[in-house]
Amino acid sequence: MNLLSDESVDVGVAELEDEAISIIREVSAECRSPVLLFSGGKDSAVLLHLAWRAFRPARIPFPVLHVDTGHNFPEVIEYRDRMAERYDVELLVARVQDSIDSGRVVEDDSPRASRNRLQSVTLLDAISEHGFTAAFGGGRRDEDKARAKERIMSFRDRFGQWDPRAQRPEPWNLLNGRIRAGEHVRAFPLSNWTELDVWRYIREQSIPLPSIYFTHRRVVVERDGMLLSVGGPVVLEAGEVPREMQVRYRTVGDASCTGAIESSASNVDDVLREVAVARITERGATRADDNFSDSAMEDRKREGYF
Amino acid sequence: MALRIATAGSVDDGKSTLIGRLLHDSKTVFEDQLRAVERASKRYGDGTTNLALLTDGLRAEREQGITIDVAYRYFATPQRTFVVADTPGHAQYTRNMVTGASVSDVVIVLVDVRVGPTEQTWRHLFIASLLGIRQIVLAVNKIDLVDYDDATYNAVVAQVLDHAQRLPYPVDVVAIPVSALNGDNVVDRGDNTAWYSGDSLLGHLEGVEVDQRHDQGARLPVQWIIRPHGQEFHDYRGVAGRLTGGSLAVGDEVVVLPSGERTRVSAIDRGGEAVDLALPTQSISVQLEDDVDVGRGDVLVSASAASRPVVASEFEADVCWMTDRALEPNSRWALKHTTRSTRAIVTDIVARYDVETADTLPADRLVLNDLGRVRIATMSPLVVDPYESERQCGSAILVDESSGATVGALMIRNTGA
Repeated sequence: MNLLSDESVDVGVAELEDEAISIIREVSAECRSPVLLFSGGKDSAVLLHLAWRAFRPARIPFPVLHVDTGHNFPEVIEYRDRMAERYDVELLVARVQDSIDSGRVVEDDSPRASRNRLQSVTLLDAISEHGFTAAFGGGRRDEDKARAKERIMSFRDRFGQWDPRAQRPEPWNLLNGRIRAGEHVRAFPLSNWTELDVWRYIREQSIPLPSIYFTHRRVVVERDGMLLSVGGPVVLEAGEVPREMQVRYRTVGDASCTGAIESSASNVDDVLREVAVARITERGATRADDNFSDSAMEDRKREGYF
Repeated sequence: MALRIATAGSVDDGKSTLIGRLLHDSKTVFEDQLRAVERASKRYGDGTTNLALLTDGLRAEREQGITIDVAYRYFATPQRTFVVADTPGHAQYTRNMVTGASVSDVVIVLVDVRVGPTEQTWRHLFIASLLGIRQIVLAVNKIDLVDYDDATYNAVVAQVLDHAQRLPYPVDVVAIPVSALNGDNVVDRGDNTAWYSGDSLLGHLEGVEVDQRHDQGARLPVQWIIRPHGQEFHDYRGVAGRLTGGSLAVGDEVVVLPSGERTRVSAIDRGGEAVDLALPTQSISVQLEDDVDVGRGDVLVSASAASRPVVASEFEADVCWMTDRALEPNSRWALKHTTRSTRAIVTDIVARYDVETADTLPADRLVLNDLGRVRIATMSPLVVDPYESERQCGSAILVDESSGATVGALMIRNTGA
């Protein structure tokens, strides 16, 4: 089966674009004060590009928010600032370090600690501080079994929590953004996209990505079946031997818990070929945070995670 | 375009197992997902790998062995791309079944061959009929547990086909004997049902044709007005929305409803790029020749449309009631229809549908999971079509004004025109 030469597949991506743009416009109209969550990863890159296409030739009518764990890949921060300029959009940054300094969260000081989970508090504080009523996220239902259950417009209570047992019905994708003070909604325009769709769209629209999505040489250490970048938040433990390898990242998250994969894919076409034959999901291959337990994503989502 | 499928049927009929089997046997399950399911199967005490855990992703679902909310899965074969909504069987989660089924092309109704159709089977068939889903697959499951007996299978099929005649809107039922557990007739035909001559479930889904009803003429419910700042776009005004009902071309005459003002389309953009022609389901923005009054909630309609929607503030609708609080006459709600939100009064409960007999009964209230016919009056006039001819302008939701919860799914029927 050759997916890449099949024209009907490109029609599929165009239809996903129509759906996503319609969601972005609808949520923007229903909820007075939206924000777009931008991580610098490929899904948020696609989301930002879609927001730009939804309102052209006008500007994107809402800001983008980056939750900065302080454990970043430098390439991603540089990319984030470049994209804010490219799309002429207001960039807000909420720092986990500020939440730690103000005592809102306490940093786990064990050697393998990740700030990934602390992000939820920083995010909810930023939503509350700016009075955002809706937050666009790049989450996709094919990523994880808890995300597979989530509505396009997902209601959060005053505590920022998601209650998977009491989601609002969403017949005909008629989006209901009605909230009371202190509540907000998360909206997922890429709900029905797969990893392959995202890469096809990146190719079709020539969307720039951080360089770490493509092959490069990097000193990594293998830990729990994952290749973690040495330096920064990842500290070598006794007996661990770092190696220089030819790798790329399949997802981009907090540097302390995002793994690289061995790959020689140097451009989008190479990556598309790689993804089309992949036998492991992107989060299974690259995210220590999801593999922590069977319901790790559900637990974090309940607390207000992206 | 992907084929959208929803599962339906009673609890324990094996819906999630069937979808798990479909994904597994079509080789669209990733290795780490399968390993995780194998680990979880051991933890929850299943002797063999429980394929239902591929879609029952919530902790409460895994602990109780049931499906609470819709799970969406995506897979492709060389013939077709599929979106599967695995929906819950419990009556208390009917609202989630309606969510999953409302946008589907095909509904797979599972029946346990040993038990035969249950109240939930009839309820889900009735909902599929109301939702206008024509293509129904009757998957008669657990055929292995009756030793692949064709007489037992035929009796179940006859009962369902007979009932289908009485549904309010027509459905085409295709029956397939399957064993979700063993895989018979799911992806491969297998050797155990030599008496069955049809396709496997996947074979049927790969070939099934769905009617794209876009013959009413273009309707563009307005979501947003694009107004760029700056001299370059001084007079630019883009009327943005998602097209339905028919195609729209530059130069077409359009009517703005409810006002009735007429103008012509001077330009169409899709994703900010100019196109001459837009097709149904595309997200577009159009510029108009004249400076007419048009805003969010209005609908642009092609002047040459085969049928025009009606401007109405009173109409009848079928309703799926989805909350604990009963629906009573003269109750007040918020209502969302296309891109317009307004307030509504349910003036009358016209009838309740008995899903087991498909009879229409008199009623003075509807309770959780009831299906019925109501009469509605709205504060602002709406631009409506009968649901059976145009789904976007024919559907609406009722919202509880105090909690914000979505409480009713409406299919507009009698527009009074």
